[in-house]
Amino acid sequence: MIKELFSMFIFPGILFLFAFAFFSEFVDRKICARLQNRVGPPWFQPVADFIKLLGKEDIMPGAADKAIFKFMPVVALTATITSFFYIPLWGKEALFSFKGDVIVVLYLLTIPTLTFFLGGWYSRSIYSMLGAVRALIQLFAYEVPLFMTILASSLLANTWSLSEMAQFYSGHPWLWLFNFIGFAIALVSLLGKLERTPFDIPEAETEIVAGAFTEYSGRLLALFRICVDVEMVVGASLLAAVFFPFWLGAGPVFGFIIYLGKVLFIVGLISVLRSVLARLRLDQMISLCWKCFAPIALAQVIINLIIKLVIY
Amino acid sequence: MKRPGKMLKEILENFLKKPATLNYPAQKSPMPKGFRGKLKFTPSSCIGCLMCMKDCPTGAIKINKVGDKRFECEIDLSKCIYCAQCVDSCPRKALAMTEDFELASLDPKTLKIVYHAEPESPAEGQTK
Amino acid sequence: MHNSGDVQVPFGPQHPALKEPESFLLTLRGEKITASSVRIGYNHRGIEKACEERTYIQDLYLIERICGICSHSHSTAFVQAVEEIAGLVVPKRASYIRTLIGELERVHSHLLWLGVAGHEIGFDTLLMYTWRDREVVMDVLSLITGNRVNYGINTIGGVRRDVTKEQIDETLKAVDLLEERTKYYIQIGTKETTIIKRLSGVGILSPKDAVKLGAVGPTARASGIKRDVRKDDPYAAYAELDFEVITDDKCDVYGRTIVRLKELMQSYNLIRQILKQLPEGPITVKAPRKIPAGEAVSRYEAPRGEDLHYVRANGTDKPDRVKVRPPTLANVQAVSKMLEDRYLADMPIVVAAIDPCFSCTDRLILIKDAKSKNNKVIPWEVLHIQSIEWYKGKGVDFSGLNKKLAAKF
Repeated sequence: MIKELFSMFIFPGILFLFAFAFFSEFVDRKICARLQNRVGPPWFQPVADFIKLLGKEDIMPGAADKAIFKFMPVVALTATITSFFYIPLWGKEALFSFKGDVIVVLYLLTIPTLTFFLGGWYSRSIYSMLGAVRALIQLFAYEVPLFMTILASSLLANTWSLSEMAQFYSGHPWLWLFNFIGFAIALVSLLGKLERTPFDIPEAETEIVAGAFTEYSGRLLALFRICVDVEMVVGASLLAAVFFPFWLGAGPVFGFIIYLGKVLFIVGLISVLRSVLARLRLDQMISLCWKCFAPIALAQVIINLIIKLVIY
Repeated sequence: MKRPGKMLKEILENFLKKPATLNYPAQKSPMPKGFRGKLKFTPSSCIGCLMCMKDCPTGAIKINKVGDKRFECEIDLSKCIYCAQCVDSCPRKALAMTEDFELASLDPKTLKIVYHAEPESPAEGQTK
Repeated sequence: MHNSGDVQVPFGPQHPALKEPESFLLTLRGEKITASSVRIGYNHRGIEKACEERTYIQDLYLIERICGICSHSHSTAFVQAVEEIAGLVVPKRASYIRTLIGELERVHSHLLWLGVAGHEIGFDTLLMYTWRDREVVMDVLSLITGNRVNYGINTIGGVRRDVTKEQIDETLKAVDLLEERTKYYIQIGTKETTIIKRLSGVGILSPKDAVKLGAVGPTARASGIKRDVRKDDPYAAYAELDFEVITDDKCDVYGRTIVRLKELMQSYNLIRQILKQLPEGPITVKAPRKIPAGEAVSRYEAPRGEDLHYVRANGTDKPDRVKVRPPTLANVQAVSKMLEDRYLADMPIVVAAIDPCFSCTDRLILIKDAKSKNNKVIPWEVLHIQSIEWYKGKGVDFSGLNKKLAAKF
């Protein structure tokens, strides 16, 4: 019991997750800065930003719906933290696992986008409403390729549980290489979920000020910001668990370092993609996702089905 | 050939280079000679013609007579626009521009500088 | 939201996309813009009136500070008008130095614009790179003129500073470096898919509309209209220099980007020619303090388009009337036309594509009454009462205001 509580709250639970989220935000900002020939922030910058936001006043627009406005950041943060517990990190077992937890994790990761929509909509300010609607429209575009690629990988493993998938791939080495196309599509779709360039349309600073976050300030904004960071860590961990399931049985210390390496590698790829592309328009993004990514993800599913036929 | 991510090679090269920004204030970039910074007044050259006061666009410079052929100069740094028109208008080259541009201050009283006239004894004074 | 599904979104006066305040009121249906209206005047500082109370030499510095990036354009246009009234002939070396600073300013402005355009479409890397290269130009300018913006190189009758041999060498080195970087940006601009997707087909202005709405500068040249004051009405040293007027016929924001990039290459050529052909001689002629009565109009090709200055002198040492018609004032009316049937996401880049400098824009314009076709002059007291009534209509409470103010003093 004590061991479970320790795992849930300290390591690798909530406290570790927060620390790693701050660290990965620092890595992302530092890499972006160095790619742009700048110096970049010091290592404690995300923590300093968070603490500063906690100390500011919470201003709520008069016409906003108070309950939903205050409740949404908490819901978002809770959903992302909960989904972290089902992802196998450096062992072959996640903290909690059951049959079908792939679907649960993907569903829990959709909840933050819904909270952005609800929070922005009930702020009743024009920019927030525009940003909220854009977030929802973007959800319809990137969700299908993302789900298809992750389910393609689990199709090959013949199971709906992330932990059993990790065990399967550890037992059949080199099989995960066939999921490479799926990884590429999942990475770009993850950019859409995390609302990063080229898909940072819901939060386009030069068009709609701050999108759904326009009216948020103080502690609520701090919770939303840390939710976005945690989402990045959780998304990267999910991709690492599904597409890079190698060296999973390497013992506690070595396995931890390998896990950090995998997640930071994915964060680095996200930063490079952020620096090298411009932001797309909403209609361009939807046509790109449906005309280009969804067929490729479908192709990945078909490839996996063929391989399953060959192996079994 | 059109493709997305055309800048990839350049940004990856920049990742390994030194950043283009300086760590100000630890490292400073020197201003070139002739930069129009803070004004400097040489009291011994001034003849009190007041051409600088006539030509100053903002009225930042004031010449006061404190004795026979002795003049002092009051400059309001917050009004000066560092155009150096007074430097050009002065017939005796009593004014010059230095390269000092870090003039911001928390106390507005420090922005009014007085260049005193040379006292009877040969010691120059300047107070802020 | 209204039942009809149309939302009115105010874009400005304060907005992260606008560097300077201007109000665009957009009517949106979903993501599409159905109507837009422009309202200017938030940066009006009364400069034209202030010029009438200062001498010509003081006005030189005031006019220069109308804008930060086109400061040399305004200053040179003003000085050329005054010199024409006074009948002064500027020595050749001075006009070459003025042209040199003008071209360096054009390089500075276009590099800055590239960065701003990159930022508006979310491409921050382009912003950082072009602004890093802009530092090279600013260093050269501060070497020659003594300041990074607001150069103050003009005086009535010539220029104030001469160019030395070391400064010429530094300038040539900087131009070589910048030419290489600009070639790289041209390559990026024509080959990077996301940039082309964002900029093509956006902000279309047909040649007929460009002429009707009075567009100037790169905005008009990208619609195929060959209008450039440097060729049509040469001033300073341009009559003796060899360059091309760049036009493009894509009529959209992408065309304007290409026009500006190619103009950068032309500017480097021009700078090299100027420094090679720089004639010897004095740099100024003596100018009288009291300019004789007369009036003059002077035109200058600022980086944004044609800049027009009108000066009327009456024999004293203060001008009688100064009128400035900056290029953005001519271009801003085309924005409404360009936004018809576009998406909200195109709004920042369309506004940025005309290279707006709203500090230049807010001058005095006369609005004609549509029915009677007359001008109306509203006295100050009537305006005061009208404004109080307007705010009362919006629900602002004036009752306690005077008491509060009286209690303070």
